[in-house]
Amino acid sequence: MTHNTVDKIEYVSFLEHKGKYKGLFSWIFATDHKRIALLYLYAIATFFFVGAILGLLMRLELIAPGETIMKPQTYNGIFTVHGIIMIFMVVIPGLSAVFGNFFLPILIGAKDVAFPKLNLFSWWVFIFGSVLAVASQFMKDGPPDTGWTFYAPYSTATGTNVIMATTAAFVLGFSSILTGLNFLVTIHQMRAPGMKFFNMPLFPWAIYATAWIQLLATPIIGITLLMLIAERLFGIGFFDPNLGGDPILFQHLFWIYSHPAVYVMILPAMGVITEIIPTFCQRRVYGYKAIALSSVAIAGVGFLVWGHHMYTSGMSNQARWFFSLLTFVVAVPSAIKVFNWLSTMYKGSIDLKPPFLYAVSFIFLFIIGGTTGLLLGSVATNVQVHDTAFIVAHFHYIIFGGMGFAFFAAIHYWLPKMYGKMYNFKRANIAWAIIFVGFNLLYFPQFILGFQGMPRRYFDYLPQFQTGEVISSIGGFILVSGLILMVYNLVMGVRKGEPSPANPWNGSTLEWQIPSPPSIENFDEAPVIKKNPYDYN
Amino acid sequence: MANNSSHITDYKVLTRVLLVLMFLTFLTISVTSYNLAAFTVTIALLIAGVKSFLVLSYFMHLKYESLLLRILVSIVFVLFALIVLITFIDYSYR
Repeated sequence: MTHNTVDKIEYVSFLEHKGKYKGLFSWIFATDHKRIALLYLYAIATFFFVGAILGLLMRLELIAPGETIMKPQTYNGIFTVHGIIMIFMVVIPGLSAVFGNFFLPILIGAKDVAFPKLNLFSWWVFIFGSVLAVASQFMKDGPPDTGWTFYAPYSTATGTNVIMATTAAFVLGFSSILTGLNFLVTIHQMRAPGMKFFNMPLFPWAIYATAWIQLLATPIIGITLLMLIAERLFGIGFFDPNLGGDPILFQHLFWIYSHPAVYVMILPAMGVITEIIPTFCQRRVYGYKAIALSSVAIAGVGFLVWGHHMYTSGMSNQARWFFSLLTFVVAVPSAIKVFNWLSTMYKGSIDLKPPFLYAVSFIFLFIIGGTTGLLLGSVATNVQVHDTAFIVAHFHYIIFGGMGFAFFAAIHYWLPKMYGKMYNFKRANIAWAIIFVGFNLLYFPQFILGFQGMPRRYFDYLPQFQTGEVISSIGGFILVSGLILMVYNLVMGVRKGEPSPANPWNGSTLEWQIPSPPSIENFDEAPVIKKNPYDYN
Repeated sequence: MANNSSHITDYKVLTRVLLVLMFLTFLTISVTSYNLAAFTVTIALLIAGVKSFLVLSYFMHLKYESLLLRILVSIVFVLFALIVLITFIDYSYR
């Protein structure tokens, strides 16, 4: 797979590079950031399909009222496992671990991350945590039935495998912390000569803000889950009112991490979109500094809004007022990004290639997810739809419509660089259309169902909700068929696709200035940065 | 971009800091014998804060690092203080 446009005899791609080990070992013991990125990609793609199948089973159960294909306790286990796999093993590590690992060093002109061995260790920790999480579903006490939020006091009392599942989340958190630390040091210490913070591409800016959250917030969930384990094993009473504890404390601690974790999912997604839009519009990104600093602002303010998940928990009214105010504040930097993306597109030479289609879909879906988030940020409306299907719809519009579509945009954008091969555009466009229709058919009816009073996490429902539930289930099947076509197209592209030139999209950032796929060292010599990364004009 | 200069701290300074840390540990234990009611946790956190400051400044050499790094670490502590403060908006008014 040598590169077809660069005539260098010594050039060997990272895929062909012969290191210390051979075969499988040359991958699972690789310290090269690009190989580790692909290890994450294969693991996360596998977990995603397991999570998607579980989601599909839930949709099958909900296709008609009453018991359809499973018992209520099985349903409880399945939505919990779906949540744990999708949140902790797919969307939190997703973009950062795959595309952050692969492209962060290249985009800043570095040979690798600051600590390559720690990077490999992070992957192993991730795999260990994932095995624990999956194993917790099959051990003798049965899968945890708490939902991915592990809320006390129920999680302190249920007889299911809560300890193993929380230990898994604890271990997975370590992987996240180590990756965040690695990326922070890499950005601070390894930028190419001449690359100041304010001429660094915007994907690394997003990864930088994300890494701070990973480093600072993840230990809080670690401690919280340890407290929960201690409560179950020793009856300490952190969260049990009978022992002087407070169940709302668990919610505070859980969301102090888990709300910023939403930004661990969405900030790199915004970074990806910010890379794609200027390339496919051939325009300098509008409001570079505003986009860069809005990532930092989202990370900062995002730390202080966790209480909007708890309006109905029994929290004080003053706290609800305060969290509501801050929630509206955090919408501002998100909106700044959207306006800047649209302004970048304005009068651009728009090229509707698959990555751009996914990027535009991201903006559309993220706006729906974001504005319904404002509805949830307002206390008065939140208490009406709390714990209903409305939350499920909002959450999936942000996480799947946001992070998921950004992931698909990223893989279509960067796959030619990662493998040196191109996929079929026509099939990619068809898959995009099926996924987009299926996604909206699956989740949009849940906004309406939620308004009508359909609770979330319920195995059964009243007949009046059936129309919406059936439409939603049909959407689920359409979505999965689109995903299968997309993956088939990408795999065929990698295996049998046409060789890709070094710069198929006419991009301006550093990854497009090196061969596809890159060599083990990325650059023959360290690039010297003298201009803005989006210099199209 | 890296600043690889390192600073060697005098053993005398390190010993003094160690003694202060030991004294503060003794103080942390001693104050538990007094009933400080709502201030029990506040006092414990204050002493722990001073100890962290000393460890970060001298043992982890933050005192000799660049201004940017010191600001970044300070932001972490401000963030921590804000999170504790905001949590107590709930507890104080519940």
